[in-house]
Amino acid sequence: MSATAISAPLRLTRDTTALRAHAKSMRRHVLRMAEIVGQGYVGQGLGIADVLAAVYFSELHTRPAEPTWPGRDRFVLSIGHYAIGLYAALAEAGIIPVEELSTYGADGSRLEMSAPETTTGVEMTGGSLGHGLTQSVGMALGLRLQGKDARVFNLLSDGECQEGSTWEAALAGAHHKLDHLIAIIDCNNQQADGAPSKVMGIEPLHEKWAAFGWHTQRVSGHDFPALLAAFAQIRATPGKPHAIVVDTLMGKGVKAFEDREKNHFIRVAPEEWTLANRQLEESA
Amino acid sequence: MSTAPVTAPRGVTGNILTSDAAGAARTETAPFGHALVRAGEKDTRIVGLTADLGKYTDIHVFADKFPTRFFQMGMAEQSLIGAACGLARTGLVPFATTYCVFATRRAYDFIAIGAALGRANVKIIAGLPGLTTGYGGTHQGIEDLALMRSIPGLTVIDPCDATETAQATAAIAQHDGPVYMRLLRGVVPVTLEASYKFEIGQARLLVDGADVAFISTGLMTTRALEAARTLAASGVKAAVLHVSTLKPFDRAAVAALLARVPRIVTAENHFITGGLASAVADLAVDERLSIRLKRVGIPDVFCESGSLPYLAERYGMTAAHLATAAQEVLR
Repeated sequence: MSATAISAPLRLTRDTTALRAHAKSMRRHVLRMAEIVGQGYVGQGLGIADVLAAVYFSELHTRPAEPTWPGRDRFVLSIGHYAIGLYAALAEAGIIPVEELSTYGADGSRLEMSAPETTTGVEMTGGSLGHGLTQSVGMALGLRLQGKDARVFNLLSDGECQEGSTWEAALAGAHHKLDHLIAIIDCNNQQADGAPSKVMGIEPLHEKWAAFGWHTQRVSGHDFPALLAAFAQIRATPGKPHAIVVDTLMGKGVKAFEDREKNHFIRVAPEEWTLANRQLEESA
Repeated sequence: MSTAPVTAPRGVTGNILTSDAAGAARTETAPFGHALVRAGEKDTRIVGLTADLGKYTDIHVFADKFPTRFFQMGMAEQSLIGAACGLARTGLVPFATTYCVFATRRAYDFIAIGAALGRANVKIIAGLPGLTTGYGGTHQGIEDLALMRSIPGLTVIDPCDATETAQATAAIAQHDGPVYMRLLRGVVPVTLEASYKFEIGQARLLVDGADVAFISTGLMTTRALEAARTLAASGVKAAVLHVSTLKPFDRAAVAALLARVPRIVTAENHFITGGLASAVADLAVDERLSIRLKRVGIPDVFCESGSLPYLAERYGMTAAHLATAAQEVLR
């Protein structure tokens, strides 16, 4: 393989049909991983697939065959248990092999249930919540100091807005004017003990992030034109860090999972997977 | 309740920049800050950050010299450590400063997961170790070594004086991996010989002696040296083994000394459980060495506030206490 082939950048697109196709393919990966382990964070993986497709295939400058290229944009996953969704994106982008997805959650596999940074394409070990934005601030400071024209995307969750460290980092991002830092807050209205409004209210999120000095937008996490417009707004707004609050539906694309209650960690009967696969193929 | 009359002049705690330098023959000012500047001149990857304690952790010297390479994170220790880890992930070598209590009590998870599990190349520099502040339990870092020793892969250092603080700063700047180092700040005594050479993970036998051995770390080594001189005057030959790196622990050097001189006094500016004394006791068990051990350190209490000499006396941490402990293990 030639050096140019090794360094080939991931091809980005703003064509929503192409992005939807990537998302569909990623959802197939998610179902395949979840079916093998028989349970898991399939709801999160399906729910975040559109957002991850938009980030990875319209925004993120990476080189799939050179995952530690110093000039790459960073995608930092705070919420380690969304690993199933991240692995689907990494496989779809060619950063990890698709065949390896069948090892998800297996003993000895590097595709652990919560993503470790020793795995190719994983920038930080998430899972202990409230870390991602603090490290993203540091990455953004470090990239800027070294004159690198790279951006840092951090995916965090609505529940993670209950961690004090998230707001410490929010202060720092605005104070240091990190306009190449983008926080994506996934609002799926579900945390371990139930809905955030019942567990510990966090709304109004838009107003909170804006009050902390962030350029804030709130869009549906399943609306590609809206997501692309939000990314365009970010490019047009210098001087502040950016927050996109994305409202998503857990289990999106599989009706049976969308309708399930208390689905932070889904348990699925073996016969349900056939139905799930059929519903995904029938979905828009 | 009656108030006892004041019968003697008492120490005061009015100066928050109080240091342990009273009575020292030689001192240096801000040895860490100046050493970091020297390291930073050679290595442009070095950056500094603090959580609203720049002036009080001597890193202001670096900030003045390299303003664009210094990041103020405000009063937010989780953000401080997290940002340091992020900076390290872009190839930089961040030195993050705060006090021992705030780094270890407030940001423990960020050190354990962000720095240690993530193998981030961060250096956490923590001021006010043990009884080096006039403030009480809120500011005295009495259990930080126990907490930091419990984290896999973290290097833990407690320097003795200005000379070692400067040498250790240079050494950890070149070391690839996460480090927690206690900081002696402000006017810091110079007590080690000019020929002293710090190396990460190496204990140093500063004085040899066959009757009793002090195994000490941090500023307590200065007091152990003084106690050894006192004992020598009465014909007792005391060794002093200085263990400034608590982790990785120099098992070979300590085991060799325990085997040769089984009457041991440990001395640490830290809770007597979980720090140096515990490391020595663990090693003695592992190596099946029968020793007589007396532990000098902070007892299982939150300490009072007070002047440093008062605190050292109150909690049994002076050179005289060490000499007495040595006589006890000799009995």
